[in-house]
Order: sequence, then C-alpha cells, then structure tokens
Amino acid sequence: MLQSKSFVRKTKQGKVLKVVREHYLRDDIYCGASICKVCDTKVARLSSSASTILVLDTNVVLNQIDLLENPAIDDVVVLSVVLDEVKNKNLSVYNRLRALCSNTLRKFFVFSNEHHKDTYVKAMVGESPNDRNDRAIRVATNWYQRHLGGGTRVLLITNDKENKRKATDEGIFAETVETYVKSLGQPNLLDLVVHPTSEDVGMEDVEDLRPSKRKVIYIEHKPMSEITAGLHRGIYHQGKLRVNRYNPFEAYVGSESIGDEIIIQGRGNMNRAFDGDVVAVELLPKEQWHEGKSLSIADDEDEEEEDVHLVPNSADDAPRNRDTIQDSSSTVNPVSCRPSGRVVGIIKRNWQSYCGSLEPMPMPAGNGGIAHALFVSKDRRIPKIRIQTRQLGNLLDKRIIVTVDSWDCLSRYPSGHYVRTIGEIGDRDTETKVVLIENDINSRPFSTQVLACLPPLPWSVSTEDLMNPNRQDLRQLRVFSVDPPGCRDIDDALHCTALPDGNFEVGVHIADVTNFVHSGTPLDDEASQRGTSVYLVERRIDMLPKPLTEDICSLRSDVERLAFSVIWVMTPEAEIISTRYTKSVIKSSAVMSYVEAQARMDDSRLMDPLTTDLRNLNTLAKIMRQRRIDRGALTLASAEVKFQIDTETHDPLDIGMYQIREANQMIEEFMLAANVSVAEKILKHFSMCSLLRRHPSPTKEMLEPLLRTAAAIGLDLDVSSSKALADSLDRAVGDDPYFNKLIRILATRCMPQAVYFCSGDLTPPEFHHYGLASPLYTHFTSPIRRYADVIVHRLLAAALGIYKLPTIFQDRPQLTSIADNLNYRHRNAQMASWASVELHTLIFFRKRPTDTEARIVKIRANGFIVFVPKYGIEGPVYLTPKGEKGGDWVVDEEHQKVKKMDGSISYSVLQMVQIHMEVVEPQPNRPKLQLTLM
Amino acid sequence: MEFVSPEGLRLDGRRPMEMRQIRGEVGAVSKADGSAIFEMGNTKVIAAVYGPREVQNRGQQMSDQALVRCEYSMANFSTGDRMRKPKGDRRSIEISLVIRQTMEACIMTHLMPRSQIDIFVQVLQADGGTRSACINAATLALADAGIPMRDLVTSCSAGYLNSTPLLDLNYIEDSAGGPDVTVGILSKLDKVTLLQMDAKLPMDIFENVMQLAVEGCKAIANYIREVLLENTKQLEHRRGI
Repeated sequence: MLQSKSFVRKTKQGKVLKVVREHYLRDDIYCGASICKVCDTKVARLSSSASTILVLDTNVVLNQIDLLENPAIDDVVVLSVVLDEVKNKNLSVYNRLRALCSNTLRKFFVFSNEHHKDTYVKAMVGESPNDRNDRAIRVATNWYQRHLGGGTRVLLITNDKENKRKATDEGIFAETVETYVKSLGQPNLLDLVVHPTSEDVGMEDVEDLRPSKRKVIYIEHKPMSEITAGLHRGIYHQGKLRVNRYNPFEAYVGSESIGDEIIIQGRGNMNRAFDGDVVAVELLPKEQWHEGKSLSIADDEDEEEEDVHLVPNSADDAPRNRDTIQDSSSTVNPVSCRPSGRVVGIIKRNWQSYCGSLEPMPMPAGNGGIAHALFVSKDRRIPKIRIQTRQLGNLLDKRIIVTVDSWDCLSRYPSGHYVRTIGEIGDRDTETKVVLIENDINSRPFSTQVLACLPPLPWSVSTEDLMNPNRQDLRQLRVFSVDPPGCRDIDDALHCTALPDGNFEVGVHIADVTNFVHSGTPLDDEASQRGTSVYLVERRIDMLPKPLTEDICSLRSDVERLAFSVIWVMTPEAEIISTRYTKSVIKSSAVMSYVEAQARMDDSRLMDPLTTDLRNLNTLAKIMRQRRIDRGALTLASAEVKFQIDTETHDPLDIGMYQIREANQMIEEFMLAANVSVAEKILKHFSMCSLLRRHPSPTKEMLEPLLRTAAAIGLDLDVSSSKALADSLDRAVGDDPYFNKLIRILATRCMPQAVYFCSGDLTPPEFHHYGLASPLYTHFTSPIRRYADVIVHRLLAAALGIYKLPTIFQDRPQLTSIADNLNYRHRNAQMASWASVELHTLIFFRKRPTDTEARIVKIRANGFIVFVPKYGIEGPVYLTPKGEKGGDWVVDEEHQKVKKMDGSISYSVLQMVQIHMEVVEPQPNRPKLQLTLM
Repeated sequence: MEFVSPEGLRLDGRRPMEMRQIRGEVGAVSKADGSAIFEMGNTKVIAAVYGPREVQNRGQQMSDQALVRCEYSMANFSTGDRMRKPKGDRRSIEISLVIRQTMEACIMTHLMPRSQIDIFVQVLQADGGTRSACINAATLALADAGIPMRDLVTSCSAGYLNSTPLLDLNYIEDSAGGPDVTVGILSKLDKVTLLQMDAKLPMDIFENVMQLAVEGCKAIANYIREVLLENTKQLEHRRGI
C-alpha cells in the first residue's frame, strides 16, 4: 500500500519548498512477541512468559532513560514513531535506547508502526504533529492489545496527562511512570524515576534558607525564535561553552561570528549553561569587559579552591590564568582585550551523567524517608546538582552517578536524579572506577563475539604464513626488542646488520596485528571504539583481548612471530639509501629492558654481536637525533613519575621521576623514523584517505605564560619558529642545573596537543608536526595499544598490494569521525592515567607527610603555585590563610614576585623553596594533599 | 545518516532489495508515432517517439542506417523549486547522449537506412532515478511506435549505503553521496548496454550492487512486457479480431 507524505520545508536561503515523499505500508512487520501465532517469531524479542507488555511514550523515553536501562524494566515495545521523536530531540538518549534495543540480554523490541498497514495514521486536518504522534502511539498500543488478545496486558506508559486520558477513553491500559514503578514494588527503582519539576517547594529549604524564597536567580532564556533571529542579525553569537577546568566560574565560548573567544564570567552570566552546551551569547557592553575576578566569586558562596594536581603536559590542559592575560593585554596590547558576554539561551544541551558524591548533611527527620541532597561532581566544571533520594544514609559516603534533568531560573542549582552507586569514597577500586567513568573508558571485559574472532590458542606461525609470497622469512636475523621493564605487550623490535660495503641494514619490526584483527569484525569494531589501551598506575585496560596483546602479537624472545617490517639501508652517517616495507616472520633473540640495554652498551668488556648491534644502532640514532634537532625539533621535558607498587596490596611504595636513558632515545629515534617513512609511503598511495598525525604550531596566546615567566627572570626566548624556540631553549642555562629542565617543562605545557586527522581534510602545509619538525608524521609502531596504528598498517598493506583497502577508507566522513574518536579516546586515556597517578600520589602521601624542595612556577595574589620535581606534582602554597584578603603581601606581576610589605622576604618565580606535603581531610571523606611553606 | 534502520527498513518503508512502485502506460501523446508514460515511485517521465521519418538535416543522413536522435529535458515543475531549466545544460546533454546510445544499441537501425528516429523524453516529476525511468519510458514508446528492436532495454539503479546494497534509489538516498550504479540491459539477450557509476566501490561489492540492479532491470522488463501485451490485446479487441 502506498501513502505519500507531503510537507512544506523552508530552505536555508529562506525559500519555501513542498516536499513529497513516498511512504510504503507493509504487511510483513511482525509484533515481536514469541507467543504470537500469526507473526513470524524468528526475530521475536519479547519473552513468552510476559503478562504485561509495555509501550512507551516519547516523553518517558526522553526523561527516564536511566530507569529503562535498569534490568527491572523489560518486555518493552519501542515504536518507530517514538524512536524518531527521540532522535530529533536528544541524540544521546537515542543512542542509549538503540543500544538497549540491540542488547540481546534485554527484551526491547522495535516495532515499525509507521510502516505497518494497520498502525499507520495520517495526520488529520488541524492536528499538530505532536498530537498525531500521540495518536499513532495509542493506535499502535491498541493494535498490540487486539493482536495479542486477552492473555497479555498491553500497558501504555505515559507522563502526558492528555495522552493518558485519551488512551483510557479508548479503552487502553495506561499508567504514569511513577505508578508503574510503584506497582513493581522495588523502592530503590523509585530513585531512578525523574520527577516532574512541580516538587520544587520541598527542595527550597535545602538550598536556600534566606527569606527571599522563590527569587528569580537566573534570567529567563530567550525563546528559540528570538535566538535564531538574534543570531541572524548578529546580536547573539553561537558557540560551544567550555568551562575553565580550574575555575568553574569562568567559561569561554568560541564564536565564529566574531572570530574570538568570548569570556563568560560568573554563574549568573553563564545562565545555567553546562560545559559542552551550544549556547547563544550576547556581548556585554565594553566597559564591563574588565570586571575583576573578585566579583565573579563574590556572587556565589562556593569557595574556590585550587587543588594539588599533576603537571599538565600541553596547553589544552594547563590552567588559563585570566589575570595574566588581561594584564598583559592592557599593558602590551590594549586592542586585544577580550570580549565578555552572557548566555541568553541554550541551543543544545550537553547534559550527561556525572560522577561524584553527596555534600555531607544531617539525616532529615520525617518526610517519608525522602531526602533532598546536593550532589557535588568530581568534575569541577559541573555545578552542584540537587537530587532527592530515599536512601540518603546509604549514599552519603558513596561515590554515585547522577544525571541532570532540568534547571529552571528559580533555583540556584540544577535538579537531577540518582542513577547508580559506584562504591565507597576513598576506596582505591571505587576511585579508579570513577576515573574510568569520568573519562568515558570502557573497562568491561570483551564480549564473546569479540573473543570469537581470536585465533585458537596455543597459536604458532603456520606453514601457510611461511609459504605466503607476501611474507618474507626474516627468522635468521638477529632481532631484539628494548622496552620498559615488565612490559608484556611488546609491539616493536629492531635489527641492525653491518653490510659488507660499510652500510647498515636497519629494520624496525612491528607486531602484525592486522593479520588477526580484520576490518569489519566485532573485534575490529571494539578496538576502534576503545581506540587505545589505557595505562593506569596499577592496571592496564587493553584495546585488544589479552591473548593477542600478551601472546600472539607480542614479539617475545625465542618464538616465531608475524611482523610488519620497515627496513632501511643506511650509510654510517645515518643517511637512508633505500627503504622497503614487508610483512615478515621474525624470531626475536632477546628482550631487554632499557636499563639492561644501557648497561650492555656501557660495559666496554662486552663484545658479543648483540651488544655490537646495539652500539651501532645507538651511533646511528645519535646522528639522526642531532639532525632532527638541527631541523628544529623540540626537546621537551615532562615531569612523568613512576610508582613502585606493592604486589599484594597494590599500594604505592615509592614514587619518583621517570628516568630517561640513551637507550630510550635510541628506540624512540628509530620508531620516529619508521613512522615518518610509513607516513610518506601511505600518503603517496592514498593522498585523500591516509590517517596522519599533526602537531599544530602553538599560538601566541598559548606561549604567553612561558614568555611572561621568561621575561620575569630575564630570559630571552625566541618563539618565531620551532627551530628558534629549540635554540633558545638550549641557550637557557642558568647556574642551577635543574633550570633548563624547568624551562622545558614550562614550554611543554604551552604546546597544543598533537592530533590524528584524515589527509583529505586538510592541505599539505597543515600536515606539519611542530614538535618533531617533520612535514609528515603518523603512528605505525604500536598497533597493539593504539588503533591509529592498526589503520595505518592496513593502509600500508594496501599500498604494498598485499590486501585490499577496506571499504571504510572510501568514506571520508567516516574516516574523519574515526580520527575524531581516536583523538577523543587518546586524550581521555591520558587524562585517566593522570587522574590515576594523582589518586596514587594521594594514597602515597596519606601515610607519609613529607618535606621536600619545590620550585615556584607562578605567583598568585595570596601565594604561589609550586612545582615539586621529585613527585611531578603542582599545587598552591598560601602565604595568607584562605579567606583573608591580601594581608601584608604585595604582588609584583611584571617581575612575577611577591613581597612582604616591609620588604623582608620576597619570593620570585623559579625560586626554590622548602615545602611540607601532607594529606588533610577538611571534610570527612574528602582527603586532599596540602602544601605548606616551611 | 541512517538510510537503513536496524529493523531493515529504508526511509520510505521499503526493504533494501525492493523497488518502488512502477507503472507504465502506452499512448500518452496521440500526435506522436509512439509514446509512453513511465513512473517509478514519484519519478514520472513521458516519452514520445517520432519516426522513422525523413532526415531533417540532409548532411546527417546515413546511407546504411537510421539516425537516432534523443532530447532529454526536465519540466520546470518537476522538482520542488520551480526554476527555469535552461535547455542544453551539461547534465541534460549527457543524459540525452546516454539515452541515445542505449537505445541505438537495441534499435535495428540497419533496417531503416536514410531515415531518422526522434526520441523526446521529459521528466514530469523527479525523485531520483530519472535516467532509468527515461530509458524505460523510451523503450515503451519505441515499442509503441513499432520500431524494430533487438530486445527491450530496461534500466534500473542500485546504490550502496550503510554497507547495504539498495535497489532503486529515491532522491534522498541518491543525494546521500554514495555510489549510484545505473545499469541498462537487454533482458532476453542478457547483455549490458549501459553501466554508469560516479563513485568508487570495491570490486566485490560492486558486483553485488550491479547484480542487484540487473535483477531490478529484469523485473522491469517483465512488467513492460505485460504492459505491451495488455496494449496489444486492447488493440486486437478494438479491431474486433
């Protein structure tokens, strides 16, 4: 049967178009109940024992998705009209609902009512689309009831009063979510139910005891039509709101229309926008652009605190200090003062679930066990969230997950609901879980479908592999690997043979992961989702299942393994004469740690072939490294730390800076060379769809903090190019041996992050890798732990004609989205490892108050920020107790100094100070590391 | 964008291997020697055939075969926005050429030397797959004009979206930017006379997609044959045989 849908649409140019689309109605859409005698039950999802089948209304799905994800709710029919509505309103809820529908453990069935001949409804004249959809839901429910007969009750769940009334009139069973959940008799489920906003009265007393109840705190959002009109006329500016990670009362909106970032100061101006929301912003009048910081804090009672944290590794992570930027702009360049604005409306919400804990509060008396509590997210960018719960006593000392439901302009905080409990606060496992959840890292074990893609164990190189004409037999070569101690996932190995003509044959052999991970398999999908392995202090979350990671792909010693090799012939001056790429079979003769390799090279008595190879490689690496530095590659320093973990309790025993040896640099050099060679090769063959990695040049604004610090200590840094910066960093040698490294660490945090991208999306000059001073770069050498390398392996194999290029590479948008996902995962993995180190630092110092030396890296009004080299952490030291104003200390911004009034003591940037580190608990269950001056 | 839902339905409710509703009608323009209307869903095309007749431009006359000419145009009202479509734009010249070459392959031109056959096709309503619909309409009109042909040429398109081969793309699916394979075959002789694709597709997938399009062509050929048979029966009836 054919129906045609016709509707009128307005184009971007403002033209009005009539669109007519065909709409076919079918008789082969089944009901999905396994008890049904009429329908095909092959795809049935609803259980045979179900006495009640639920049909959901759109508003229920949109608001109660957390409840739906609870296994207590099952035997649900999801109508396609509901799916479409949900998709248009909230994509993340849609994705979660789709995941539920495809989950084989859950009984959610999608019924395409819009294409079923009996359940299709045509909009009546004068009927709004909403009413039509509600009617479609009722018609479908009615059809189900008649179709399945009296044996099963088909229940429509709706929170829409009008819809419910009409349904009851038509003889359909209908209930609201609350009554249905109550009828299930599981009280803990009730916490998951999102309550409509009518119950605000009860919450007032938790939030605000002042007499001015029901005061309008935030300005009403402008209606959408006004926003669109305003955007059109250029009064409003659209952009994504990003809240400052270190100061939640300050946010930025990157606006294309004015080509600059707009600063939003204070919660009032942010007007209920969350981090990541797409908002419409109105610029404030120019005279308000310099509003002091004090104002923004004063109108909120929350005390702003600076925590001790790890040293950031790039500009994106570093706290942005508004004061410095503003000061510099007013003194140096008065034109570039940055516009401030306020949010007038929210175009798209980015509400997610957040991890955190409840603010400590006394147990309320009475009130039927329902308590209203304030939830504090671990992510400081998120404001406190009000929730109501029936299990307050239970939740107070727990880490929980909460979702935001609404935020009206009468309440200071958004209201949300409890989703689930993670565990006790302070417990290492719980906190690790929190870290993982916060960074959206999937730590679930691999599914059976994924594991089914693995080759059977024990695995060994088969004769087929050896016979393969594309695979070269390199087992006779003396291949070895050098890795961190205890490394189980060895993905790279090297060899170096002296050729009779004085040249060297150098090979880099990378585990041939793509031989096992084929494109399009569940294993590949899972790996592409995970994107990277995550290294926490006490555990590793793998991208690929363990058998692959630690056995089949790992290039262990004395076993034959498949590899993908890049083999160069080099002159003794490390000039590459020829490069060849091949799949290979290798047999590693030695697995060494960096320490072992270094010891071998340094021990002049050892003259065995392996040591000679190592020395040859090291000589070559040094030349290559020098050449790279001459080209302008930056040698940056990071403050990475290493823990020694107790094998049984998993508590940290010792902590120290990670030491970098010559052997590390040697391996790194060859990996870089292999990556560059591979990048050249794949780009030559696939200029439009290669996955490369680029590192954009830092902008002036990013380098600002570095230049200010340098200027304060009288150091002249030239940042005009990476070469100039590298040279001036080399020149920056003070009388203090640690000085140079400190400057390098400060420089590192001014750098932007390197990112993956698809070569078709950018022009070749943009491919540049700033840090390595290389026009091309990609990742090829760690396919076991990074998905980008897997993609590059496939590209390289296709370039060599070994495999066909998987179809995905023809689809540029898809490749771009993979690259974006990789960047996102990569960044999250980094954040997670930092958070894990931070957590362990806290655990470490909990029992060990320590005195140590630290360096001042930044001056603040009431103290300064110090960096503790030994532990790689950074944190504030207060000269005056918090809360008191200024006191007798004077700050000299220009010279980055803080002086006592009488001039007796002064501290300046980069000065060494002695500090005391101790874990304190200002609030129960909220330990934090405190630094005090000795 | 999701062009095939996890339930296996396309945006308009078809399954991936299903064609839109087709309808053919012979004799829409009485002045022409042969004419037809052909619909594939919302795509509607009218074709008129004149000839074989004397060659208008003597210079083009060929002594051993007939001259086939084809003109493709789109009605101003065929798409949502009513725009004046200039005649002889690149796209129509290309489609005219495609149709002419496809039809030439099946018309037995050597039987009609020094004559000319004109095929006019106009798109009345466009919703994807106009090329195929034009060829089908032209075939029907040629048959109506009684021009000797080797076989019926029919055409159908197929695409590849969301990793699924889709038969007979409509406008939304066509404008998704995926590959669009248009195939024209001589159904009884099992010969391909037209094959067009303006995207990249790996060989093995391409074969599947093309096979699907060929199946579509065969189904259309069966339908056209039915239409012609019905038409002939009516002619017989009118003549009182």
